[in-house]
Order: sequence, then C-alpha cells, then structure tokens
Amino acid sequence: MTQELRVTNYPQVLTDRPTHYCPGCHHGTAHRLVAEALTDLGLVENTILVGSIGCSVFIYNYLSLDAIESPHGRAPAVATGIKRARPDKIVFTYQGDGDLASIGMAEIMHCANRGENITTIFVNNTVYGMTGGQMAPTTLVGQKTTTSPSGRSQEDTGSAIRMTEIIASLGGVAYAERVAVNTIKNIKKAQKAVRKAFEYQVKGLGFSFVEVLATCPTNWHMTPLAANKRIETEMIPYFPLGTYKDVLAKEEK
Amino acid sequence: MPSRVEFREDRCKGCLLCTEVCPTGIIQQSSRFNQKGYKVVEITAEMMSECKGCAFCAMMCPDFVINVFKSESEKGGAA
Ligand SMILES: Cc1ncc(C[n+]2csc(CCOP(=O)(O)OP(=O)(O)O)c2C)c(N)n1
Ligand code: SF4
Ligand code: SF4
Ligand code: SF4
Repeated sequence: MTQELRVTNYPQVLTDRPTHYCPGCHHGTAHRLVAEALTDLGLVENTILVGSIGCSVFIYNYLSLDAIESPHGRAPAVATGIKRARPDKIVFTYQGDGDLASIGMAEIMHCANRGENITTIFVNNTVYGMTGGQMAPTTLVGQKTTTSPSGRSQEDTGSAIRMTEIIASLGGVAYAERVAVNTIKNIKKAQKAVRKAFEYQVKGLGFSFVEVLATCPTNWHMTPLAANKRIETEMIPYFPLGTYKDVLAKEEK
Repeated sequence: MPSRVEFREDRCKGCLLCTEVCPTGIIQQSSRFNQKGYKVVEITAEMMSECKGCAFCAMMCPDFVINVFKSESEKGGAA
C-alpha cells in the first residue's frame, strides 16, 4: 500500500481565511514568509505584530498573533514602545511603502538609527495601494500613477527612494536585505532573509529590516502575470536585491 | 501513484501565477468560475500524472490555495 505524504505544510499561525487582497497581490506571499519564519523559529506564541495603514491593515486577521494596529506611518514608534516595555517579546512591524517611506519616514529612520531591537517587514509595491494607486516616494521615474498621470517626473518630484540602502547606512541596524517573491529562486532567498531578520532580533543584535519587492496588479493596471514580470524587468534593476548590512557576516563566512 | 495536487477552488483568484512556475506546465485555466467569480485553475486528470510534486505552484500562490501530495515510494524525488 502506498501512503501519501503532504508536501505542503502551511503554518498554523496563518489563519484559514480568504484574504481580501486582489488576485496576484504579493501581500499574501509576504504574510506567508512571516508565518513560516516565526513557526520555524518557534516564536509564534511570543510575538507581537504591529500592523500599519495600507492594504495590509487587516494583517491581524491573517496571522494569528497578538497584534496592535498603529496610526499611519507610526508602526516603528509603536513597536519601540512595546519592545521597551516588554523586551522579552519578539516585536515586528509590517508596512507598505506609502506608510513607511512617506508619512512614516521619520519614525522608521529614528527607530533604525536607535537600533531598536525589532524587525520591520517593508512591502514595496511602488504605489499607495489602498487609496487607489497614488504616487509613493518609491514610485519609479516615468511610472504612471493617479497623481503622476504622465509618469513620475524626476524634475518635480525626485526619483524613487531606495530604503534598504538608507536603512543599512544607519548605526543601529543589524541586518538589512532586499528580496523579491516573483520567482521560486527569489522566494527561497526571501524565506531565508525573513528568518534571519527574526533570528537577529532573538539574538538582540539591533534593528533588522527586510524589503520585499511586491506587485500591485490593480493599481499598476496590469494582469497579475504582467505585474509579476515587472518586478524582474523594472523593479529589480532599480532596487537591486541582496544584503546591504549584516553585522554577523564576517563571523559567518 | 505519483504526485498529486489539490486546489481549494473556493480560494483561487485565477491570477495564474502558479501556471508559470510549474516545470511541467500542467496547470491551466479552467472554464469554471468559483463563487467569488474568479476563473479557477485546474490540472486535468490526464495531466496529473506528470506532476513532479515539487510544490513550486504552492510556493508561488499568494492565496494558499494549493496542496501537494506525494506517494511514499517517491520520497527520493525532487524536494
Ligand atoms: C493619517 C492618514 N493619512 C492618510 C491616510 C490615507 N491612507 C490610507 S492607506 C495609505 C497609503 C498606503 O500605501 P502603502 O503603505 O504603500 O500600502 P499598500 O496599500 O500599497 O499596501 C494612505 C495614504 C490615512 N489612513 N491616515
Ligand atoms: S490594491 Fe494593490 S496592494 Fe492592495 S490588495 Fe490590491 S493589488 Fe494588493
Ligand atoms: S507540484 Fe510542481 S509539477 Fe506538480 S503542479 Fe505543482 S508546480 Fe507543477
Ligand atoms: S496562484 Fe493560486 S490563486 Fe493564483 S491561479 Fe494559481 S491557485 Fe489560483
């Protein structure tokens, strides 16, 4: 008699609920990466999630964790308070690029610079998804959005901010990496990066940051497959993947 | 019995991301719509025997729709 094994093993912390995300939106994949990392590291029971404002505002419905919702952009400040009050807890923020790099720019910079021992998962889809696709600081030059209808003009609005590079330059940062989830190879690397970010927090090394390049097919006005391709053709060339800071890198190699 | 894939059809959003990462190309858009109105994907009964059990489709799916099963005797295959 042949016995069947299930190859797929979805972490329990990922709730059994359909998500409200659009078809092909990478938020779901990013949620799964967090769920897998926390499960692998045995941290589920001891973790506090700090949600942000954007399409992922309901993340607490999809990850069965203790959670607090923060005002727009303020997740790193809220997480700072939680971690300082409860240093025994694992604390992370999950933020979009409008949330983190626009209204929340001050909070993330100072949180990283202070070296708060928390983790930030930064989902960069180059637009304000939830509110209808307005231009974000991360919008690529030439990219059409509802507030840059003829394409982002560098002259008027500058060029896309590369957050991971900036974060990596700050003193309190233990780990900063940019990943993508557009291919199997990149998803595997992203799994390792998210796991590492939480491991560094467990070790008390300081601030850890993972930027996930993500699609927003709806506001890019693309099919999910075309949006997924855009990650490779337009986003990765401007936002190169890789490790920008790793305080343990020398010891490991 | 080789590998096998199950789709939770009610959760599928028809994004087709899974179809592009399948090394055997056996996942296709069906002609069925689920309750939410999404045109779901399928692997036909004849095509299923070509499944390698690699679970790339499940790794790619943003909606946790896919479960992959392997028969015990096949353990040594692709991870
Ligand atoms: C104080 C405040 N200002 C503005 C808004 C409107 N608002 C809601 S979500 C959002 C942007 C979210 O974009 P992003 O962080 O990129 O997340 P995404 O939806 O793309 O995942 C804005 C401006 C708000 N909710 N609160
Ligand atoms: S609007 Fe964009 S970011 Fe929001 S759920 Fe839809 S695809 Fe995802
Ligand atoms: S498990 Fe691999 S071979 Fe089978 S359907 Fe999924 S991607 Fe294709
Ligand atoms: S990736 Fe998931 S949601 Fe998208 S078509 Fe395939 S099974 Fe459906």
